[in-house]
Amino acid sequence: MSVAIDTHGLRKRFGSTEVLAGLDLSVPAGSVFALLGPNGAGKTTTINILTTLVKPDAGVARVAGFDVAASPEEVKGRIALTGQSAAVDEVLTGTENLVMMGRLSGLGRQAARDRADELLERFALTDAAHRRLGTYSGGMRRRLDLALSLVVDVPILFLDEPTTGLDTRSRQELWNVIRSLTEAGTTVFLTTQYLEEADQLADRIAVLDRGRVAAEGTADELKARIGGDVVELRNADGALLLELPTDGSVHGLRAAIDRLDHSPASAAEGTQVSIRRPSLDDVFLAITAGAEASAPELIESK
Amino acid sequence: MTTLIAPPRPAVPGPAAPARARLGAFTAESTFIGRSFRHSVRDVEALLMAIMLPTMLMLMFTFIFGNAIDPSGGYVDYVVPGIILLCAGFGASSTAISVSRDMTTGIIDRFRTMPVRSGAVLTGHVVASLARNLVATGVVIVVALLVGFRPDATVLGWLAAFGLVALYILTITYLFAAIGLAASSPEAASGFGFILLFLPYVSSAFVPVETMPEWLQWVAEYQPITPIIETIRGFLMDTPVDDTVWWALGWCLAILLVAIVWGGLLFRRKAGRR
Repeated sequence: MSVAIDTHGLRKRFGSTEVLAGLDLSVPAGSVFALLGPNGAGKTTTINILTTLVKPDAGVARVAGFDVAASPEEVKGRIALTGQSAAVDEVLTGTENLVMMGRLSGLGRQAARDRADELLERFALTDAAHRRLGTYSGGMRRRLDLALSLVVDVPILFLDEPTTGLDTRSRQELWNVIRSLTEAGTTVFLTTQYLEEADQLADRIAVLDRGRVAAEGTADELKARIGGDVVELRNADGALLLELPTDGSVHGLRAAIDRLDHSPASAAEGTQVSIRRPSLDDVFLAITAGAEASAPELIESK
Repeated sequence: MTTLIAPPRPAVPGPAAPARARLGAFTAESTFIGRSFRHSVRDVEALLMAIMLPTMLMLMFTFIFGNAIDPSGGYVDYVVPGIILLCAGFGASSTAISVSRDMTTGIIDRFRTMPVRSGAVLTGHVVASLARNLVATGVVIVVALLVGFRPDATVLGWLAAFGLVALYILTITYLFAAIGLAASSPEAASGFGFILLFLPYVSSAFVPVETMPEWLQWVAEYQPITPIIETIRGFLMDTPVDDTVWWALGWCLAILLVAIVWGGLLFRRKAGRR
């Protein structure tokens, strides 16, 4: 399988802050790759370097077979970016935004218009085609923003936190679109703060921590590293008393409940128990805490 | 089964042909100019202002101040060039806001990740401003003629006046574009631009320099607007312009050059690869 994106020892510093501290990534062509991490982990900087917006201080990045530092124009011809802030023209209509982008991508007038109609249809925006973007809802704007990246079939698509700020329904819709892209063979490189999003979409996930890849693998591999579900114990006021990570098996769950029996906190009036999926915090705590976190362990809260 | 299955598209283009075709010579420029024209036409408030302001100013200076300044009724002939420049400055100032908005909303980053000369965005705003303000100039002249403006210009004089007005608009538009690049937000851009709009008042646009206090005379005499005004007035009224025409051209070209260089540096800093 060939490689769409690879980086070696990528470094970037803004002032006294080291944002990337030697980033190594390898993204197979035709896959969905998610870069997972909290705010400030270096996700956007990584995207900015890969899309030629920012120069790395050190290291090499190759996108679609071209070095981003040496051949930025070649890279630009083969990528599209949908960034965090909706990069749309508020004054123009949906159609006009798409036609403009088509023209700038080398389509003829008629071809750009046909493509605009096609994309509006595909993103369920036909009814809003002749409305200015200023009147669009957040979800519609994101869909159009993504459509703008698809006016030509680029082999590699970058999505920087594509669903941040969207409601559940719009998020689901956007996920469906992203899934359909991979069926067409597009490589998708996305960043997200949400484990669920990475889980739903990505073939491979890299967890970014302080400018380095702290862990990489499929969603299942990462979950296995942090154990399965988390058993939570909360008091009558809803405050968290105990968190017990489990390995996700029935046996592991039973073991966790057994431990609850021995905990004095569970004896109090109104105490509630619940099971939840691991959150990004859990992945993070586990991965950044190192090897000892891979075994289920009692995390005492406060 | 004889179902036809479309062959899957090659998953990996590798160093194959780019998906975005190379653009024709002026495709980016004409696309961005079209965009800026649409912006101009849709900003109803600014468009109304561009037509209302010259009309109001023309009427105000002719019927309210005019007779006090020059009871013989010839003030309208004196004031036309000043109002043209005042309106041009006002109309061009929105360029600062448009440029700043493009630079701060993230749309510039989309253009920068495409094989397009991203500076063409600025070209679009400048050309639209030029067109917008030439229309405003036309409105000033039509209103002026209606209220008694009687120029003595020859055809050559009209052409020369038109050329100088266009050069002035281009210059001040570039200056506002650079201000838009320097400003941290569209609001800040609008604030900075405001200062420039007062320059015509401290010139020979509305009253002769000799009527000002001595210290102000010095400022009014040597600031760039005065020779430009005097030259346009000379062309329109067919009076000799002497060497003020060279001062007018010199000031315009010098400021244009500074604005282009300054704007270029700012653009590279803000929209270059960081």
